[in-house]
Amino acid sequence: MADTAVQSGSEDPNRRDFIHIAAIAAAAGAGGMLAWPLVTQMNPSGDTLALASIEFDISKVEDGQQVVIKWRGKPVFVRNRTPEQVAAAEKDDHAPDLKEPQTDAERRLPGKANYLVLIGTCTHLGCVPTVGGGDWGGWFCPCHGSHYDTSGRIRKGPAPKNLVVPEIAVLSDTKIKIG
Amino acid sequence: MSGPSTYEPKTGVTRWLDTRLPILRLAHDSFVDYPTPRNLNYWWTFGAILSFCLGMQIVTGIVLAMHYVPHVDHAFNSVERIMRDVNYGWLIRYLHSNGASMFFIAVYIHMLRGLYYGSYKAPREVLWILGCIIYLLMMATGFLGYVLPWGQMSFHGAVVITNLFGALPIVGEPITTWLWGGFAVDNPTLNRFFSLHYLLPFMIAGVVILHIWALHVSGQNNPLGVEPKSKADTVKFTPYATVKDGFAVTLFMLLFAFFVFYMPNALGHADNYIPANPLVTPTHIVPEWYYLPFYAILRAVPDKLTGVILMFSSIGVLFVLPWLDTSKVRSMRFRPTARLFFILFLVNAMILGFCGANLPDEFIFRIGEDGPGLNWLWLSRIATLYYFGYFLLITPVLGLVEKPLPVPDTISSPVLPGPDLHNEQKA
Repeated sequence: MADTAVQSGSEDPNRRDFIHIAAIAAAAGAGGMLAWPLVTQMNPSGDTLALASIEFDISKVEDGQQVVIKWRGKPVFVRNRTPEQVAAAEKDDHAPDLKEPQTDAERRLPGKANYLVLIGTCTHLGCVPTVGGGDWGGWFCPCHGSHYDTSGRIRKGPAPKNLVVPEIAVLSDTKIKIG
Repeated sequence: MSGPSTYEPKTGVTRWLDTRLPILRLAHDSFVDYPTPRNLNYWWTFGAILSFCLGMQIVTGIVLAMHYVPHVDHAFNSVERIMRDVNYGWLIRYLHSNGASMFFIAVYIHMLRGLYYGSYKAPREVLWILGCIIYLLMMATGFLGYVLPWGQMSFHGAVVITNLFGALPIVGEPITTWLWGGFAVDNPTLNRFFSLHYLLPFMIAGVVILHIWALHVSGQNNPLGVEPKSKADTVKFTPYATVKDGFAVTLFMLLFAFFVFYMPNALGHADNYIPANPLVTPTHIVPEWYYLPFYAILRAVPDKLTGVILMFSSIGVLFVLPWLDTSKVRSMRFRPTARLFFILFLVNAMILGFCGANLPDEFIFRIGEDGPGLNWLWLSRIATLYYFGYFLLITPVLGLVEKPLPVPDTISSPVLPGPDLHNEQKA
């Protein structure tokens, strides 16, 4: 721009330069404004976002069993642990091999030590771990061999994080709300 | 395309067209009069075979799209309807699903040929990079297509691959949500995958045109790796290359037909005939065979992000290969040491494939009940090391230290008798 200004004999940007800059800026702005809707249309739509929370009756889960429910298209594990499993989880609260150290008390349902509610997708690449498997008897992911303990904490394998505890509200003695 | 055009329109109509759109001239100069090295062997027919594969996939794919329903409730059933009720639907779908495998067999041979004969070296770097882009697009297209039948492998394959992006720090989660269009792989995901699966083959076709353009600018490499120097070194594309390509395509079609008619599901996975269930992952999840080596590299590392980076780097390294190779000699025919490492690379790639197909913790062999042994995880680690070692260490160092065999001056000199044949022909 400076070169053309010098060549045309004036030191300040002239009116033609102004028109060029304004036209380019307008085109860039318009391009950006058009691109944004085309990109963000792929984000979750209004009706998808509306299906955000569900309620569940935890008394339906038998001792030592796990029920899988679907929330936001993903499986959610509701596990009613045996006292031995809870004890095993608490014993490992400060184990040195925890990748993401958390105590069992931070993860289980408030006031109900035996209940554990987790998002049932492996934190590695999203497969659904199988209950009762692995070296710690918690969950085992069949895809890439991640082992979770009975508190859903990652102990061995490629997964970087513990199984995620979703946002839960305890509504009554038996009812919980997820999301 | 290289050198002045030799096309001479013969009729009034072609003369009229030639001054308005010289498309017949382009075709004549590219596929009739185009000079090809006289010593091309059958490894050079895979370009034609790949063009056939792309054409086959596009034609069968367009037909399948007329019957397929991209909705989570109907996708699986619509594919079964194609198989059972649509006239010749079984044939068209088996051609398409096996066609993908055939396409990858051909592209792997084509790439290995380029590796062996040094086809990526100057002045063919752009040609090679365009080929790498085509390969990447093929991988994306194959993955998107595999999701469409909405079987168990489709669904959980989509979950695993989209979660790869979740390994990225900070932007990972927004990107996966954006890819999914929701909180998990679901109907919006299937819809966009269908749309993109339809788009990408045409992008491949576009890059193929650039690939052929670049090829016709630099000219073809050949088994000796020396550039053609005179007319004695080349023959016309038609009939020599067209007939040879045609014969090779026919043989390839025999292999293709064998799979389609006798073992159409051999290259697929039985679990994909189970409708997708987001709540249960198949106990042994594997990708299609053509991704297995990369899947093994992904699993070789205990850290998620590093695994993802390594997997993408294993393809990324191909893009910079022209600048990693320090050897002045193109063809490995004159590089006995390089040939040895190349064969090891080939075996290693197959080992990676086997690693990808097996459970990482399973032992291949073991001394005693609990004794030391080798499991697939450790084998895949060794193989991953060699994969990267081949490109990043062996290729640059070997080019500097090896002593290649004497390279002939011209293509025709080792073929045709008499030391001075081209000078005679020139004269």
